[in-house]
Formats: sequence, C-alpha cells, structure tokens
Amino acid sequence: MLSYLIRRLLSALFAIWVVITVTFFFMHAIPGGPFETEKAIPPAIKANIEARYKLDQPLHIQYIDYLGNVVRGDLGPSFKYRGQTVNGIISERFPISMQLGLTAFAIAIILGVGAGIVAALYQGRIPDYITMFFSTIGISVPSFILGTLLMYYLAFKWGLLPAAMWGTPKHVLMPAIALAGLPTAFIARLMRSSMLDVLNQDYMKTAVSKGLARWRIIWLHAVKNAIIPVVTYSGPLLATILTGSFIVENIFAIPGLGKHFVTSIYNRDYTVILGLTIFYSIILIALNMLVDLAYTLIDPRIKLMGSKE
Amino acid sequence: MKDYPKELFVPLVEKATQVEIVRPSITYGQDAWRRLKKNPVAMVSLVFIIILILFALFGPYFSNYSYSDQDFDRRNQGPSQEHPLGTDSLGRDQLVRVMHGARISLSVGFVAALTTFFFGVVYGGISGFAGGKVDNIMMRIVDILYSIPFLLWVIMLMVLFREIFPASGGGAGLYSIFLALGLVFWLPMARIVRGQILSLKEQEFALAARTIGAPGWKILFRHLIPNAMGQIIVTATLSIPEAIFTEAFLSFIGLGVSAPRASWGMLSSDALTSLRSYPHLLLYPALAICLTLLAFNFLGDGLRDALDPRMRK
Repeated sequence: MLSYLIRRLLSALFAIWVVITVTFFFMHAIPGGPFETEKAIPPAIKANIEARYKLDQPLHIQYIDYLGNVVRGDLGPSFKYRGQTVNGIISERFPISMQLGLTAFAIAIILGVGAGIVAALYQGRIPDYITMFFSTIGISVPSFILGTLLMYYLAFKWGLLPAAMWGTPKHVLMPAIALAGLPTAFIARLMRSSMLDVLNQDYMKTAVSKGLARWRIIWLHAVKNAIIPVVTYSGPLLATILTGSFIVENIFAIPGLGKHFVTSIYNRDYTVILGLTIFYSIILIALNMLVDLAYTLIDPRIKLMGSKE
Repeated sequence: MKDYPKELFVPLVEKATQVEIVRPSITYGQDAWRRLKKNPVAMVSLVFIIILILFALFGPYFSNYSYSDQDFDRRNQGPSQEHPLGTDSLGRDQLVRVMHGARISLSVGFVAALTTFFFGVVYGGISGFAGGKVDNIMMRIVDILYSIPFLLWVIMLMVLFREIFPASGGGAGLYSIFLALGLVFWLPMARIVRGQILSLKEQEFALAARTIGAPGWKILFRHLIPNAMGQIIVTATLSIPEAIFTEAFLSFIGLGVSAPRASWGMLSSDALTSLRSYPHLLLYPALAICLTLLAFNFLGDGLRDALDPRMRK
C-alpha cells in the first residue's frame, strides 16, 4: 500500500513537472513576447520592463527560476493587469468557481445516480424509457447550448431566475444545471447498466430469498455495489465540470476563474494562461489520484495495481 | 501376383456427393453490415449523416449568397422566402452559414478521426507488440499526457498556434484546429489498440504466423491489427462527435476559425449576444450541433454492436 502510494505520488509529480515544462516552452515559443503588441515603447522602457519580469535572462535561467517559483507556490505576476499576481487572481476567483463546480457535481451525482437506479429497477417500463430518452438527449447537448437555452427560457421568457451575475443562491442554480447536464446524463446511463449487472447477480437472489426488506436490498446490496463505476467516473467528471466552467461562466458572466482564463486568452496574458493551466492540472491530477485511492477503498476486490497493469 | 482386372476396382462410394453450401460465405464486413442494417436507430443516424455530408458539400452552391455576403438592410431578420433561416446581425444569410458550419464541423470531425486512426493505431500497435521496456516507456508517455484534460491541451496548443501562424488572421485557422486535435485525439485510441494487441499477440494465429517466419511488422499490421479492427472503427467513429464538440467549444471561447468563416460553435456564440431579441439565430446552429452529435453517438453504438457482438449487452 505504502509503496503504491509513493509510486503514485511520484508519477503525479512527474506529470505536473511535464505540464509545467511543456506549457512554459509553449509560451516562450510564441514570437513577439507579451509587450510587443502594444504601441511602440522606447527601448529603455522596454529593457526596464523586461528586466522587471526577468525576460532579459537566457531561457533556461528563466525556466529554472519559474520552476523554483512554482515549487514555492508562486505562479508569477499578470502581464496585463499591473499589480495583480496569478496567485491573487486564483484566491479571489477560484472560490466562486468551486462553489459553482461543487453544486454542479452534487446535482450530477444525485440526479444521475437516482435516475440510473430508477431506470434499472423499472427496466423496460415507462420510467426506464423516460430516463433513457432524456439521458440520450443529454449527452448530445453541449453545455453552452443547454446554458443559453436555460437562460432564454428561465430568465428571459419566464423570468424565474436571474440571467447573469453572481451573489445569491439563485444565481448558482442555472449555471450549475447547465454545467451538470451532460455529466448527469452520462452518470444515469452508467448507473443504469451497472445496476442491471448487479441485479442479476446471485447474491441478489440470496438477499431476496432471505426475505430482506426491499429498500435494504436495493440500497445496501445493489446500490453499494453498482456505484463503483460512478466513483471511477468522478475523476473525468471533475475535469468535465472544470473545463465546462470556462464556457458556463462566460455565458452567465460569473466572475470565476474559468471566465478569467478565457479573458486572458483574449488578452494574451501569457503568464496567467500558463499559471492557470498549471493550477488546473495540479488540481485534476491530485483529484484523480484521490479517486483512484477512493475506489480501492470502496471495493476491496480492486487491487492496487500502480504501474504494473 | 494374380492379375485382377481393373474393372473389379470400384470405389465404395460412387460419387462423392458435394456438400451443399446452404448460404454463400460472407466476410466480416458483410456480416457486420447485415447486423447494422437491423438496427433502425443506427441506420437512421447513418442516413442523417449522409444527408448532412451532402448538405455540407453541395448546399452552399444552391444558395444565392456566400457565407460572408453582408446586407446591412436586412439584419437580424426572421425566416423568410429569401432567407429560409433568417439573417444574422450583419445581414448574412443564416442558412448558408449553417451549411458552411457543417463543412467545418464535419471536416474537423473526420480529420480528427483519421489522425486518431492512423497515429493512434500505429502507436498503440507498436507499444503493445513490442512489449517490455518499449511498451512501458510509450505507455508512460500516454499516461502523462492523459492525466491532463485534453481540452486544456487543446487550448494551450491553440493559443500557441494562434501566435506562430499569424497568417491565418486574428483567430486561429482551421488548420490549427486540425493540428491541435490531431495531436491530442490519438491518446485513447493508442491505449485501446495497445490493450487489444497485448491479448491478440498471445493467440495461436499470431504464433502460427511467427513460426512460418513472418517478419514482426507483417504480423502486427497483417494479422493483429485487422483483428482489432472492430474496436478501432468504433473508437474512431466515436471520436468524431468528440472532435465536433471540441471545435464548437473552441469557437465559442474565441479560439476557433477566424471571423468571416462560420462554424456551429461560432454561430451559437454570436447568437448569444442578441439572444433576448433574436433567439432564432441560436436555434438552427444549436439544433445542428445536437442532432449531429446524437447521430454520431448512435451510429458509434450501433457499430459497436454490429462489429463485435460479444460486446453487446
């Protein structure tokens, strides 16, 4: 167990190092540099700016500097907004994205798992068809379309929810639904097929023949076993929600990190793009590792394989 | 030895009765096609996709407008005789723009599927066939690239390409999208093919090929990969909707094709700014994206059932 943990941790660190390196050299392969799109700057000022951001140093020195800073948790300054650091941007905006993301995550898990269970229990009957109909549509509707449709109907036509901005719980609901739509549909399908698998197992017949209560059989015997694929999926699910928030935050004008990421793409604010990519990658790699550990704990049959697959 | 006349030697069975072949033997492909034809959902999707391809290829020639023609007197119009789907905020014909978007989305999808097909199959094939250290190193590379969500990679690549190919205008060009998707989309395919090859190469027919002295590359490309073709085709088909979705995503956040051109993602993103007043601008591109994704997903599922009946649940 310990050796597995260490191996897993090392490979995660290695992956993060690769991300930092690749993104760093990507950003520096871009010709022109961050200040050349502006109006002509006197050479002396330009030299000063470059010295300020250490752009006059050779590339490998800059790289080692940057790596050292990242290890210390400093992702550097923003090129476009003076006085702002990437760390500052993250600590200001990430909580908003996290609130949105967690709400979407909860919606996707609760609705998806619930719908999957219902569909499996009523296999081949009307509830099954209804759930599968919606989940088939759900996996084909991108978040930006679901988001704009929700906005048009819920906000403009019926005036139920505010169309944009952030602040009250009412503001969270619509973007969270838009973000959760596709994962919910996917989880419902996943849960349904895994639940059907479990329902056909012999131990289910045993449980029924023992005369256990129906809710007990469903919740303690079936759901507990059937939920493992959903746990496995929650790693990619977090990635979907995270990248999905780039779009959803833009549609609903939510001042979160995803919106800022897209804004810095428009602004060519390279240090911010670089820093946020690294930040997102670290979060996702860490969460994926947690998910892997979690499902080995839930299901003892899954062996800790590490790299010996 | 006594001389027996030849006539005495009569075969016991007069005529070897030919065993009647009840059905003509059919190839793997024909068999799969027969199964696919029985799946109405997949067939409807296939027909839809074919119509969509024709629509994208030839549709724009039947229109009186081009995707970049502007008419400031007829902005944001609803559907009419002249403009069946209305016009956008610059007075451009929405129908021809949706058709043009179909061209872009479909070509992005097919190019991604092709690179997935060739690069992923070769990479995964070599990795699985070589085994040992080579496999280990090649798969670690894939694992590392895999641990970051591919949209982040694609965004990074698009940011990079936008700057190093300024010739494509302000936004990144279509070729940048091809390249960025091609660089990322082969990963799942490489994993799947590698897994298949690992199990296939232990089977008897691979051993038989080796014993008659077939060279390694021939065993891999003539014997092993054809046997994994079912999975490969399904994975490639399912990568098409994924690529179309990604292109729409990129266009939506402003990293897609450049301005006068139109892709479905860009049309949806443009429609968002005037959603309150002109919701019809969103309707058709959104419908096009959803139906296309739906059709490709259904077709992929149908192909999975048809090509590999063992995988059917």
